[in-house]
Amino acid sequence: MSLIDSLPRVSAPKLPGLDGLIPWIVPLAIVLVWQLACVTGFVPSRVLPAPTDVALAGWKLLLSGELIRNIWVSFWRASIGFLIGGSIGFAFGLANGLSQLSARLTDTTLQMVRNIPHLALIPLVILWFGIDESAKLFLVALGVFFPIYLNTLHGIRTVDPQLIEMGRIYGMTDGELFRRVIFPGALPSIFVGLRFALGIMWLTLIVAETIAASSGLGYMAMQAREFMLIDVVVLSILIYALLGKLADSASRALERLTLSWHPAFQKK
Amino acid sequence: MQEVLRFQSADAEPVARADFIAEAQQLRRGSEATSRGLSLTIRGLRKSFGDNEVLRGIDLHVPAGQFVAIVGRSGCGKSTLLRLIGGLEAPGGGGIAFGEGPRAQDVRVMFQEPRLLPWARVLSNVEVGLGGERSSADAQARAERALVEVGLGDKRGQWPSVLSGGQKQRVALARALVSQPRVLAFDEPLGALDALTRISMQQLLERVWRDQGFTAILVTHDVAEAVALADRVVVIEDGRIALDVTIDLPRPRRRGSAELAALEGEILKHLLEGSEDTSDL
Repeated sequence: MSLIDSLPRVSAPKLPGLDGLIPWIVPLAIVLVWQLACVTGFVPSRVLPAPTDVALAGWKLLLSGELIRNIWVSFWRASIGFLIGGSIGFAFGLANGLSQLSARLTDTTLQMVRNIPHLALIPLVILWFGIDESAKLFLVALGVFFPIYLNTLHGIRTVDPQLIEMGRIYGMTDGELFRRVIFPGALPSIFVGLRFALGIMWLTLIVAETIAASSGLGYMAMQAREFMLIDVVVLSILIYALLGKLADSASRALERLTLSWHPAFQKK
Repeated sequence: MQEVLRFQSADAEPVARADFIAEAQQLRRGSEATSRGLSLTIRGLRKSFGDNEVLRGIDLHVPAGQFVAIVGRSGCGKSTLLRLIGGLEAPGGGGIAFGEGPRAQDVRVMFQEPRLLPWARVLSNVEVGLGGERSSADAQARAERALVEVGLGDKRGQWPSVLSGGQKQRVALARALVSQPRVLAFDEPLGALDALTRISMQQLLERVWRDQGFTAILVTHDVAEAVALADRVVVIEDGRIALDVTIDLPRPRRRGSAELAALEGEILKHLLEGSEDTSDL
């Protein structure tokens, strides 16, 4: 075990109940300071409403059902777009990692497309799809495609060639070699791509919804701006933060589940 | 001094047991009756990488069940010879015949690195060694037996990352043994281990070789290891066999005995003389 592995364990306190709370101390402290600044009048409420006001606005929207509906719409768009873009990226990553021909055929094209900021396509996408669902799905799919593609490709290319040679000596078929050696070896890198992609997924969706949508969280924030409802704007931003954290936690849980062999994920 | 070393090594890596000698002798008697080794005939073997001619005509016959050590300075072509025997490279000329057939699937190679799958438990790693028989009903039982044979029966459910270097190499040995190969080729399998673990691993190698009766080909740069383990030491120099010494000493051999030291000195002298006329040591 290296020193780095042992550091977090050394600094972690022994109380098990408190352990899970530690990451939340800083966010809670920020909210507390924010509340104090608002109550004392240090920050005027038309610049930044107090957390209690934001919570109240959230409660009202929750009762009217508007909040749930918008979150659900955004969540649906994010997941479907992610699924489409992620699967295509994964498929290309596999194909180009395993086949030299496929890589030579498509990699140059993909690298060119990758360097176009996908949000720059918004005007074109609106012209193509209008402000229909497909516009948002297209942008999200395009956004998540590249991190998944690049990291899958990288993961497969960097699998230890000694292990592949070992697999061949022991008579593994191509399918077995992929299932037992190449895919598990590429998995840590694929997860890095997954986490990047989840971040890009929210970013793309919110921007797309802010510009061209008639529902969803981004739309809710833009509507609120029209009516000077600053508490709803702040509420939307806080929900983005929570959703982002949720997506990250989900991918971490998946990592822990599948990478338990990795020294970095072994709890002792 | 020698006794102290042996005792400590048994402590560090519990391979060697107190009854090791008696057990090995018994296994030796058993294996002579059922020798499963495969003879190996190499004729005019050549191999070059680009302009660099690594092997320039090797002729070697290894009788079934013999333990041959191949020594030489780095870059002499010994590892290439082993990779050719293991079927990892295609010969540039000449050929290798196993037993009666032209190419045997019964050859296993063990490398300097353990090459374990980090994402598979120890037992699954050993099962990999079964090749096409991985899915057979007794695969797990056979893997377990191989693990017990190398003294790691209790580590079956562990991840490779928690094992020590010597333990990983023993899992790799179990993986090579599980399919009961008829030829086992070792490419400096102990090169990365510390001195004490090396000695207990050497004893383990000798024990499983006597037990299973395969033909063993050990590539090493450690002349002491070669003379302690092998029936025969082949010195390779500039892609050719420069020396072929039969080590006709009774087993188990006592480390540091005068006969071993004399043989080691003779081979080392030869290796060092060879290095004087070439500057690339």
